[in-house]
Amino acid sequence: MFRFWKRANWKYTILGGGERMDNAGYNTGSFDGLHQVSDDVDDDDEMVDIAGATLDFSNTDDDPPLNSGGYEEHSPGRGMNGAGGPTAMMDPLEDPVPGVGTYEDFNTIDWVREKSKDRDRHREITSKSKESMGALLHRISDAFSGWLLMLLVGLMSGALAGGIDISAHWLTDMKEGVCLNGFWFNHEHCCWTSNEPTFKERDKCPDWKSWAELIVGTGEGGFAYVVNYMMFMFWALLFSFLAVTLVKSFAPYACGSGIPEIKTILSGFIIRGYLGKWTLIVKTITLVLAVSSGLSLGKEGPLVHVACCCANILCHLFTKYRKNEAKRREVLSAAAAVGVSVAFGAPIGGVLFSLEEVSYYFPLKTLWRSFFAALVAAFTLRSINPFGNSRLVLFYVEFHAPWHLLELGPFILLGIFGGLWGALFIRANIAWCRRRKTTLLGHYPIVEVLVVAGVTALVSFPNSYTRMSGAELIKELFNDCSLLDSSQLCRYKQDTNATAGTSAGNGLADRPADSGLYTALWQLSLALLFKMGITVVTFGMKVPSGLFIPSMAVGAIAGRLLGVGMEQLAYYNHDWAIFRGWCTPGADCITPGLYAMVGAAACLGGVTRMTVSLVVIMFELTGGLEYIVPLMAATMTSKWVADAFGREGIYEAHIRLNGYPFLEPKEEFEHKSLAVDVMRPRRADPALAVLTQEGMTVEEAEALVASTRYSGFPVVVSQESQRLVGFVLRRDLLISIDNARQRQEGVVSSSQVLFTEHPPAQAADAPPPVRLRSLLDLSPFTVADHTPMDITVDIFRKLGLRQCLVTHNGRLLGIITKKDILKHMAQMANRDPDSILFN
Amino acid sequence: MWLPNSKIYCIIVKTITLDGPSENKLTLHIVFILQNSEDIRCKCICPPYRDIEGQIYKQNVSLKDCNCLHVVEPMPVDGKDVEAYCLRCECKYEERSSGTIKVITIIRYGDATIIMYLSILGLLLLYMVYLTLLEPMLKRRLFGHSQLIQNDDDVGDQQPFANAHNVLSRSHSRPNVLNKVEHAQQRWRRQVQEQRKSVFDRHVVLS
Repeated sequence: MFRFWKRANWKYTILGGGERMDNAGYNTGSFDGLHQVSDDVDDDDEMVDIAGATLDFSNTDDDPPLNSGGYEEHSPGRGMNGAGGPTAMMDPLEDPVPGVGTYEDFNTIDWVREKSKDRDRHREITSKSKESMGALLHRISDAFSGWLLMLLVGLMSGALAGGIDISAHWLTDMKEGVCLNGFWFNHEHCCWTSNEPTFKERDKCPDWKSWAELIVGTGEGGFAYVVNYMMFMFWALLFSFLAVTLVKSFAPYACGSGIPEIKTILSGFIIRGYLGKWTLIVKTITLVLAVSSGLSLGKEGPLVHVACCCANILCHLFTKYRKNEAKRREVLSAAAAVGVSVAFGAPIGGVLFSLEEVSYYFPLKTLWRSFFAALVAAFTLRSINPFGNSRLVLFYVEFHAPWHLLELGPFILLGIFGGLWGALFIRANIAWCRRRKTTLLGHYPIVEVLVVAGVTALVSFPNSYTRMSGAELIKELFNDCSLLDSSQLCRYKQDTNATAGTSAGNGLADRPADSGLYTALWQLSLALLFKMGITVVTFGMKVPSGLFIPSMAVGAIAGRLLGVGMEQLAYYNHDWAIFRGWCTPGADCITPGLYAMVGAAACLGGVTRMTVSLVVIMFELTGGLEYIVPLMAATMTSKWVADAFGREGIYEAHIRLNGYPFLEPKEEFEHKSLAVDVMRPRRADPALAVLTQEGMTVEEAEALVASTRYSGFPVVVSQESQRLVGFVLRRDLLISIDNARQRQEGVVSSSQVLFTEHPPAQAADAPPPVRLRSLLDLSPFTVADHTPMDITVDIFRKLGLRQCLVTHNGRLLGIITKKDILKHMAQMANRDPDSILFN
Repeated sequence: MWLPNSKIYCIIVKTITLDGPSENKLTLHIVFILQNSEDIRCKCICPPYRDIEGQIYKQNVSLKDCNCLHVVEPMPVDGKDVEAYCLRCECKYEERSSGTIKVITIIRYGDATIIMYLSILGLLLLYMVYLTLLEPMLKRRLFGHSQLIQNDDDVGDQQPFANAHNVLSRSHSRPNVLNKVEHAQQRWRRQVQEQRKSVFDRHVVLS
């Protein structure tokens, strides 16, 4: 019965094909790659660890051989898998060799193989469960483990997000002063019970001391201002310095937003350590520092990364997920939903975000699990109550002012602005990041961060709208001016003759702007220009940096400006035809806060190209269903406008910049090329490197492997006939031969390597053969040489293939890998095909 | 479990005992303090009314008493205007997190999150300083100068972790628990070094 288990595990021996990454640094094709693997892989930190076995060689015999009867009939059948397994006799060598069936760093997984591995495992548990009570319990716990994992992911991410919120809030206020009755209180909580704050100055209380008050004894005057300015800059520089040094020392992978990489990982790429525990710790700690340093960045994107790290670490608790890359990616998809759920307090928005933006493979089961996990996470965050206002986000707003159909005009204008800004931002940011990647700039990450943080602090302190954190700015801008507000944005002239008091709280009539409001408006305009500029250079620096908050801030400022403009226009021109119907004097017809909200959605939509999920996130933020139509109009317009300048959003642009092997599901393949045009070897190249199923010696096989850099080799019946038998992976082959040399007696360089079922007759004194049929993928995908490429691309996309063999009249002709396809697509789009770096 | 307006701390001590397969019994004490009385407030914002300035009132009252009549003290207007004045005020009941879950074994009154955050940050910084400054110094003392000079060609020599390879090769000889720990640590350091190379030097990922 060893067979079954082995076939379950090895049937779909991995991918390979095309060359390894051209970059010399990753070319671990030589044999020491193997030893390095055995060193590295059993660590928790790994994105991937050994499927099927730990690398502890002494341990392998304890692995469940599943040799109880009755499985023979479950030949692990996929439809396309014609080849029934041979019922070969047992051979000690056919014990599973640890390490076989795993992937190397910076490689792509084979979805087909992983999924069928899981199906086999599941089938086996199901059929076994009829036998005993214990097995039944095992089956139940196995079915339950997915939900349990989701629960844990939700709890952990929610708790971490709460911690990040509280700490970031506190550390941000630290730049301005300190609380005397407990240094751990932020400004608001310092004045929580104090009755000192007045209506006009809401954040004044004796316990909260600004740095000037502490150092020079007074909070007033020019000198105090300078002291505060200096302290502000000092803290900003200190925080950003700590953030970037921690990232550089402990976890370089913790920098950036993480969403482009998560997207690539979810599509099947492997980046070891990217979701490890050090990345988690360092990202959590430095995210707080980066946000509080006042840099123009947000914590929302990195929270997705944090949630995915949690999920990956918790996956180690469950064998089902630990050992299967495809199953683990289902969990990671759900974790991405959790990240957005806690970042915006929008559970449904999170699920849709995962579905629309990051996930590659998103079955219904994952949808429900994401839903559950997002719910748990939001609940956890709510019970932590990080802001003390029973809301999950700082800038939660609640207003129910109605809007008029004619306002769709300005909303669409905001959409156009958002689209233009999005397209411009992507161009500028990618150009800047390319500069960082290729020029000297990239060699000084610490200096870069310090300079940007210094400039940000220097410029932002004088302007109160840039001095406050991004989230607070958005809160202020979203806020609707009611009687209860005293902020500068609400300095309207009091209507003297109005009989105020009839309407309570909200629903204030339009009023003329006061000088305070005009000051606020030009401050906001300056803030807009500054934010637009600084965000371009900030996103992509080597600190954790999200993009949602800065984009939303830009949009919210633009929206608020337009909103106030519209309001004043309507106030002074009641008699215009367009205002006559709905904006009579004394009516409250235009809500600037709503414009800010629509503007924020439009800009975020322009940058990320999200649509459905964005609208849902926005209305979960505001709790008002009546604004769906304005939000939809603005988001759609912004997507159209931005798409006119370039089809890819910021995340796809970064994926392309880094050359990750990401087969974009949204992109159409429209060229008329054929499989034979794309496959390797090309016409001028030497013939395809193949193994024969018998007749090769160990030495010859090793020489073939050593002389090439391919990650997999087709196995044919003989060199003359070139008829295909199967496909074997370089990594598996190397590990197995090495294992045989060490553990099987009598294997020498002249031993035969056999991929056949039955050993051919050999001379009696010949050394024992090395039998490797179990490594063989007996059902490699093949296409005929005249298959159009659009069909081939579809096969790759939908099945998640790594490689596909090309045949002509049944003879093996060549191989197409995912990398070949990406290179071909790049070539067709007039881009540099060598930009695709990874397999 | 929610205790409105509790004037005393409510302390619940849970003792969870986990029976492991070995004799090691792990005992966890989890202590919660629920709802410090300072952690609830009713905040009323009253806008300007006639010639009275706008004002903010805060009182430590329970949810059912959270309205203008209970919280606004002293009432700035007289009897007949109270209703008109109160109509315009907005009262919100708020609770905050600082007291909801505190691990008092760490600190009595502090906000556990901030304390925890600061301790982790401090530990990381200390560890970083140790790896950058102290360890090379200790190494120099223990192993002499020669071995350090050997890997001058290493790219990130001034970085912490730079001498990982060196120590790795050495530690094979003495297999004991301490060495295993050191080995694991060195392996991690080598991984970080690899990551750093690909992110900061070669710029192949995450740029």
